[in-house]
Formats: sequence, structure tokens, C-alpha cells
Amino acid sequence: MALPVLATIWAIGFLLTIITPSIISKAVGQESGWRGIVLAALFGSIALIQAFIAFPLAGSLLRQGASVSAIAAFVTTLVMVGVITAPLEIKFFGRQFTWWRNFLSFVMAIIIALIMGNILG
Amino acid sequence: MKRLFLARNILAAMALANVLIYFLEPAKAFSILSNAKTYLIEMLSILPPILVLIGLFQVWVPRDTVELMMGNQSGWKGILTAIFLGTAAMGPLYAAFPLGVSLLEKGATLFNVAVFLCVWASIKIPMILFEIKFLGTDFAGLRLALTLPSIILISFLLNTILRRRGFYEKA
Repeated sequence: MALPVLATIWAIGFLLTIITPSIISKAVGQESGWRGIVLAALFGSIALIQAFIAFPLAGSLLRQGASVSAIAAFVTTLVMVGVITAPLEIKFFGRQFTWWRNFLSFVMAIIIALIMGNILG
Repeated sequence: MKRLFLARNILAAMALANVLIYFLEPAKAFSILSNAKTYLIEMLSILPPILVLIGLFQVWVPRDTVELMMGNQSGWKGILTAIFLGTAAMGPLYAAFPLGVSLLEKGATLFNVAVFLCVWASIKIPMILFEIKFLGTDFAGLRLALTLPSIILISFLLNTILRRRGFYEKA
């Protein structure tokens, strides 16, 4: 139990240091179209940012001209998909449950993003 | 045993990477460790109350109640209970994992536990208020309106797929 948890926490240390809000701004803010949405969803899936940082960040990106779809994809995967916490989820629910829950959530986040882009974009 | 070995290799790889980064950018190397420490402390402060909660849950909430509220025959009541439990609680998603498992053990359906987990992850009153403040009512409202049916669909598919693959026999 201790080793995988330690590995997860160390990986989180790497992630918090390397994937900072400014890197996310660059990635999500400038790309547009399909690439932008998928990239935003991938960043949201691996990032671990608390709501009180994520929402202001997403708001400022939106005002700077990022697409509604990309921001929706980022916010939705941020809360629903947890790649970095997957080892913990596997410990409790097993590999299949974890893979399918995260995969289905990722797909739905993209669909939500596309619908939102259509209505609000 | 094989998994323990894997974890040990990953740990060794990360230690190596951390040392390499130290030679390239010392400040980053320390920031990785201090971020990990902060996260570890956060996790350690969240887990004890969760474990106490689960202990109380296991002792005080009878299996019949969970089965009645979230079991096979619960229908709409089960979904609503899962949504209520998910929104009422606060805390990161990993805190919900042990609770979800004890719900499963007490007879809640996989579908309802999946709804509970997804709602816990994505729908929280303070979080919605925050989203409205920074992203606007239209954005937050529409995202919420789309998230809820998505959760139901995700849980339905998850339940169907895992049932077909024999998740229940193993659990």
C-alpha cells in the first residue's frame, strides 16, 4: 500500500511543478478547433488544480479569446478525469472500473464541450 | 508482488529524474519535493476523518438501509440518494473512493456508486457558485445541465460494460 501511494504523491509533485497555470494558459489559450479541445481535455485530465485557482484561470483564458469548447473541455475533465489519482482509484475499485470511468468521462467531457461551443460559442 | 516491483521501479525512476533536474534546475527539483510534501500533508489531513466516517458508516448504517436506498430495487430513489450524497459531501475525489467501496459492500448497485462518485467529482454547490462568478451564469448553468445527464449515461455504460465483464463476481 505504501509504495504506490508514495509513487503517486511524488508524481503529483512533478506534475504541480511542471504543469503550472501559465503552461496551461499557453496550451489552451492559443490553439483552437479540434486540436485545442483535445489538448485542453488532456491538460484537464492530468492536471490537479483546485477550483479556486482553476475557475479564475479558465475565466481569464475565456476573456483572452480561448474558445468556449476548449475551456469547457478543460474544466469538465479537470473535475471528472483523474489520470494522476488513477493508481488510488485502482486500489479501491480495480483496473477495469477505473479505466472505463475515466475513459467514459473523457469522452463525455468532449461531447459536453462541443455542445457548449455550439450554443455559446 | 509484481505490482510492488513496478511501484519500486517507478519510484527509482522518479528519484533519478529528480536528481537529474537538480543538476539542471536546482530550484525546480526542490519545488517538486515541496509540492509533493504539501500534497502528502493535505492527503494525511483528509484521510483520518474519512476513515472515521467510514468506520461509523460501517457500524451504524445497516446493510438493509443501504440496500433499500441504493440497492437493486431502489430505482429513482437510488439515483437521487447517490446525487444527494455526492453533492452534500466536500473534499477531493480520492476521499470518495473508500466511501464508494463501503457503499458497494453494503449492497448499493454499481450504477448508483458510479453516480455518487461522478457527482462528488463534478457537482458541488460552492464550486457552482465559483464557476458562475468567473465563467458566467450561461457557461456554468449549461455545463451543469449537460453534466448531470452525462453522469447518468457514464454510470449506465460503466455498469453495463463491467457487468458484462464479470465485475460483480469479482467484487
